[in-house]
Parts: sequence; C-alpha cells; structure tokens
Amino acid sequence: MAGLWHRLGPIVTVVIAIFVLWYAGTLALNAPWAQDKAKRAGVELSFSELVADTMSQKKPKLPAPHQVGQEIWKTTGEMVVKGRAFSKRSLLFHSTVTLSSTLLGFALGTALGIALAVGIVYNRTMDMSVMPWVIASQTIPILAIAPMIIVVLNAVGISGLLPKAVISMYLSFFPVVVGMVKGLRSPDHMQLDQMKTWNATSGQEFWKLRLPSSMPYLFTSLKIAMAASLVGAIVGELPTGAVAGLGARLLAGSYYGQTIQIWSALITAAALAAALVGLIGLMQTVVLKRMGMVR
Amino acid sequence: MTSEPVISAKNLSLTFQTNDGPVHALKDVNLDIEKGDFVSFIGPSGCGKTTLLRVMADLEKPTAGEITVNGVSPEEARKARAYGYVFQHAGLYPWRTIGGNIRLPLEIMGVSKAEQDAAVKEVLELVHLDGFERKFPWQLSGGMQQRASIARALAFHADILLMDEPFGALDEIVRDHLNEQVLELWARTNKTIGFVTHSIPEAVYLSTKIVVMSPRPGRITDVIDSPLPKERPLEIRDTPEFIEIAHRVRDGLRAGHEDDA
Amino acid sequence: MIWVIAGLAIWAIGWWSNVLLSRRPKTRATGLAVPAIFGITLILIWECMVRGLEISPVLLPPPSMIAARFGVSTGILWEDFVQTVIKGALSGYILGCGAAFLIAVLIDRFPFLQRGLLPVGNFVAALPIIGMAPILVMWFGFDWQSKAAVVVVMVFFPMLVNTVQGLQATDHMQRDLMRTYAASYGQTLLKLRLPAAMPFIFNGLKIATTLALIGAIVAEFFGSPIKGMGFRISTSVGQLALDLVWAEIVVAAVVGSAFYGGVALLEKAVTFWHPSQRG
Repeated sequence: MAGLWHRLGPIVTVVIAIFVLWYAGTLALNAPWAQDKAKRAGVELSFSELVADTMSQKKPKLPAPHQVGQEIWKTTGEMVVKGRAFSKRSLLFHSTVTLSSTLLGFALGTALGIALAVGIVYNRTMDMSVMPWVIASQTIPILAIAPMIIVVLNAVGISGLLPKAVISMYLSFFPVVVGMVKGLRSPDHMQLDQMKTWNATSGQEFWKLRLPSSMPYLFTSLKIAMAASLVGAIVGELPTGAVAGLGARLLAGSYYGQTIQIWSALITAAALAAALVGLIGLMQTVVLKRMGMVR
Repeated sequence: MTSEPVISAKNLSLTFQTNDGPVHALKDVNLDIEKGDFVSFIGPSGCGKTTLLRVMADLEKPTAGEITVNGVSPEEARKARAYGYVFQHAGLYPWRTIGGNIRLPLEIMGVSKAEQDAAVKEVLELVHLDGFERKFPWQLSGGMQQRASIARALAFHADILLMDEPFGALDEIVRDHLNEQVLELWARTNKTIGFVTHSIPEAVYLSTKIVVMSPRPGRITDVIDSPLPKERPLEIRDTPEFIEIAHRVRDGLRAGHEDDA
Repeated sequence: MIWVIAGLAIWAIGWWSNVLLSRRPKTRATGLAVPAIFGITLILIWECMVRGLEISPVLLPPPSMIAARFGVSTGILWEDFVQTVIKGALSGYILGCGAAFLIAVLIDRFPFLQRGLLPVGNFVAALPIIGMAPILVMWFGFDWQSKAAVVVVMVFFPMLVNTVQGLQATDHMQRDLMRTYAASYGQTLLKLRLPAAMPFIFNGLKIATTLALIGAIVAEFFGSPIKGMGFRISTSVGQLALDLVWAEIVVAAVVGSAFYGGVALLEKAVTFWHPSQRG
C-alpha cells in the first residue's frame, strides 16, 4: 500500500496541480472579456459572479475542464444514447475516421520499417547507401508537405483513407527502422559465433536469434511509431477541406473560434494516443513475459 | 601500542532489510587498526568485507555498535576528508583528462590552483604515470586507469587509504606489478591502508595484518599479524614463512565455510 | 522512351557502383561516396522518369524545374525562411529547450516532483501536441509569436524528460566517490551530474530540432501573415504551383539537416568522451 502511494502519489499530485492551474488559467484568461462585457452592460461584477462567468462563456479563450468534459460527453456518450453514435456531429465518428488512417499508416509503416531494417542488417550495400538517407529523411519536416501529398494523390484519383495513411506511414517507419536495426544487431559476437559453430543457416540465425533478441527494441519503437502515426493522420486531415476526422474538427473549430470544440477534439486525440500507446505497452508486457525477457 | 588506534570498531553490526527478510551483513565486529598498518580484509563474497570498508567511509551506517575513525565518527572523518577511497573500477570521468580527474577532489575542497598543480605532479609520480596528465582515461589501459584512480585518492594527502578490491578486474601480471607499486607507495607515504581482496597471495603479500571474514552473518573469524618484513620483493612469496601464513588464511576461510554448511 | 531506358540504366550503374564500393574496406571516402551516389541516382531517376513517362508537372515537377524555380524565387524563399525558421522555430527552440532544462535541474532536487513529472512528461511527449497549434494561434495572434509558442510547447516535454533522465545517469560508485570528498549538492551537480547528463541533453536537443521546424511550419496552416514557409506551401498547393512548393521543401530539408547537423557537431565537441562519439 505504501509502495503504491510512493509510485502513484506524486503522479496524482501533479495531475491535480495541472487541473488547478487549468482552472486558474481559465479565470485569468477569460476575466478580461467578462469584465468588458459587464462594463458595457454597466454592471459591477462581484468575484463570485466573475468566476461563474469565466467558467461558462460560449467562446472562452480557455474553456474550463468541465466545459470540455460536457462537450465530449455531448458528442460521444449522449449521441450513443440517442442512437446517433456515428452522425457527423459525433466525436466518435471523427475519431474512427482518424483511427482508421492511423492504424493503416501504422501497419504500412511498420511493415516498411521492418523490411528496410532486415535489408540494412543483411545487405552491406543497403546499409551504406540507404541508412544515411533514412536518417536524413527525418530532418525534413515531412508534416510540412502533407498538404501537397494529399493534393497530388487526390489529383491522380487516390483519395480518402490512403493519402492520410501515407503520411502516417512516412512518420512511423523511421522509428521502426532505427529500432529494428539496433535490435537485429543486438546479439553479441559470442552468440553469433555460437550459431556459426552449429552451422546454422542465415535464416535460422534470423528466426532463432536475431528476431527474438530484437523484440524489446521493436516494442519500444512501435510505441513511438504509433504516436507519430496519429500525429500524421491528424495533420493529414487539415488540408482535405475539413470534412471528417479529429484534425478536421480542430481546423473547423479554429475557423469559427469554437474553442470548446478545439479542446474537446484535442483531448479526444490525446485519449486516443494514450489508449493506442497503452495497448502496445500491454502487448509488450505480455509478449516479453512469455519470452522470459522480463520478470 | 601507546597511541590511539586510527580505526576502532566495537561490537559493530549492520543489518539490511530486504524483501527476503533481514540480512546480517556485519555482526559483532571488533577491530583496531593502528597508524601505519596495512590491513587486508579477505573472505568469500557476502562476508561483509566491502560493507565494513564502506562503514569506515561513512557510505553505510551501522545498525548497532560503535566505530571511530581518527577518534571521531566516520561522518565527521569524511567531512574532514580523512581518507581516500579507491573503488573496484577506476570510475574516472571520461570528460576529464587524467590530470583533471586528479584535480577533481582538490577543486571540490577549494585548493588553490598552484597547490593543485603541485599535487597532481606529485601523485602522478608516485603511481608512475608522469607524462600522462593530458591523456583522457579511455586512452589508457585498465591498469593505468586504476593507478590514476589511486593517484586521485592520494591527491589530497589523507592519512588513510581505503581500497575496495582495486585490482579485482585486472589480469594477474598487471596485478603483481601494481601490488609492488602499492607496497612502495605505502613505504614512502606511511599511510594507514585498508584493503579488501579475495586473493590469498595478494592479502599475504601486502599486509601487516590480515582480517579473515566469513558470511551469514558477516563476521571476523581470524586476525593474523604478519611476521614478514616491511621490505618485500615479489620472491618473498616462495619463502616458507609466506606459505605458512597463506595456509593459516586458507584454514580460516575453510573454517568459516564449515560452520556455514 | 529513351528517358525511361536512361533512368533504368542510371539505376543499374548507380547500384552496381555502390555494390562495388561497399565491398571494399570502409573508409571515410566510401562512407560518404556511397550515400552520395545513392542520392544522386535517385534524383537522376526522378528526372528521367518524369520526362520519360510525361508526368504532368502539376503532379510531380522534375528536379531541373524545381532548381530553376529555386533560382528565380530566392527573394521569397529568404523572406519565408526568416519568418518561419529564424523568428518562429529558432526563438521557440531556444525558449522551450532552455525552460525545460532549467525546470529539469530544479525538479531534480525534489524526488517527489521527479516521480510525478517524469511519467506525466513521458505521457505528454507521446500526445499529438501539434493539435495545440490552433489554440496558440488564437492566443498569440497570427504573427511569429504564436509559431514560437507552438514550438515551445512541442520541444518542452522531450527536452524535459531527456534532461531529467540524464541527471539520473550517474552510477552509485561515482556518487559514492563524491560523497567521500564530502562534496556539496551543487558541486556534485556541476562536476559530475551535468557533464554525465550531456549525451542525454543532446539527444533531447536533436529530437527538438525536427520538432521545432515541424511546429513552426504546421502552425502557419492555422493562420499567418502573408509570408512564411507553411503559408507558402498551403497557398501554392492551392494554386498548383508545385515547383514552388518543392523549392520550399528543399529549403526545409536543407535547414532541417543543417540544424540537426549543427547540434550534432556541437554534441561531438562537448561529449567527445562518450563511447558513441569516439568511433
């Protein structure tokens, strides 16, 4: 029990502190507008009235946590209750759109990343020519050309899920390549020499030694890749004319100054990221435990 | 002996609380170390030899009993910078040169630049590393790194030198060489040295006093005062006196194991 | 058709020469030559294929056209560079990394805060922070200040987490050694823990370079004055002036690589002692 508090106590404290700061920020940022409104109406606001006003504005500079919570409930749970879970106004609908391109891009990126890593580890020419470019490719702010990729792919008749998934793929393949190259090279000389003494084929060496040794590295990279993939999907939704997806909600919200809508999309995206990364973390624990790599 | 012992332990005990229950790392240890002694602590792993050295250095707190270093508590002795400590690994900072590493304790103690220079020159000579001041640790062999770490412990002229298996990670040829150098250093500086080892020949060759320890609970089973002369060439290890002391140490270690079984 | 055959031939020659080069013992020269040949081959194939297959420049302009466009638009490109990179990305990078470093050193004294902030920081570092951009644009206006704010938020957490981890990177023996010297907290921090943390700190700084550029450019999609790389990219895409978009991408790539390379060089100078740098 004391151990649990030792671990969770500080985290809980920090989270509470964040909420306190958030409310304080809401008060501070929204107060000028409330005062302004009161002045024009010719009334003097007492402190409690001021607080009440800052917490319930329609287009606040910073919405209070409970306002965002209400908005999220209104666009998810309530929609489900009403049986319109996937209507255009539902965040569930937008989340699914973002989620599907995230997952597709993640799958493509992981496949590409592993393939490249195997090539790099087993082929010296690949290692020397491709690896520097893989690293250089990441210094290019790929998100910046996201709009172009979308538009170009649209022009050749590819639209919908795939263009966004391509951006997600580009963002997520890099951590997988880097992690897997490291992982596949993690067996030491002694272990590789041992394989040699048994006259193992390179296929056996890969499946029985290199691949199992790379598992801890793979999962660590997959977590980063998943987070990057979600960012890619959200940014990929920005230039499509704000039709569907969490990115589209962000953009629409910013056009019309709907701050509560922006924040609820943002929090939903954060929850999605946390859930996806957490899921991989869970898989990591289970798989590594089965392989005897963690106790 | 007329003078006060440099280090004195009375009924010293230390118990670690672990998940598997308490571990008695030290139990009822009584020991006096006189000025100028070269004391080796020998025993199998888990016998508390390192723990005893760490208690003297105030890196661990005893749970019962008393210990004084230079007549005061280990903490006061540490704050007075009464001893130099050498760890099993050299632990030199890779971002500092050899000279910079030796300077480190002096900087912390606020010694003037000129005195630092003089001390670095002096101790590098003591460990035969003159000319390596500007090299980085990773450009040196393991034996040279360990010599540099000894130089670092000598730099601030503490009267006590505590060494925790300083040559444990080195090969035997290098080790013989360093043992000779440590003896030479001890003769020249007249320091009091506490030396943890698990090598019988090393303990017998170096020490004026050999403390044999045994595990579960960690305790002293025998204290042997060596009759060997202060002047010790490597060949002394083939003399009957040397072999006799080695036998006694081995017997002490074996006895400790028997009542363990 | 000739272009296509030429492209295939270039591909064959490039690959073949790299295979030959990579079989030879690795030297500095081959280490540079092989990726260079690979890159040049890619660009030549691109040029040949676009010409040979008659791909519309609206979809994918050939490298020669991008180069030509780059040559005539240096004025615009420079203006965008100053707006986005210098004012937006760089100022945000310095502010964000600096603040994260200071806070990491501060919370290092309080294990309670550390245990609380490290998991939260790790969590936040995995979130799509870029989504904060529209909010920050609303708060700080359309000009570079809001871009810098986005960059600050983006680089803060990776930098914080890396610095905190770095400060914990010393082993027991090294800290015991400082204890035997009766060194104060400040002395241990200055002489042992900060130098030992440098590889981690530089790791954070390197990650932050890419994030800074991305943040500054993407934030411009949510509103900007009529200059800046993100603005130029989104408007040029609308006008189908893809050669200008590609010219901006070249600038971004060069700046991104140079920024990263600069930090990496600095790292080499500061952490020359680290095994990964000794090579």
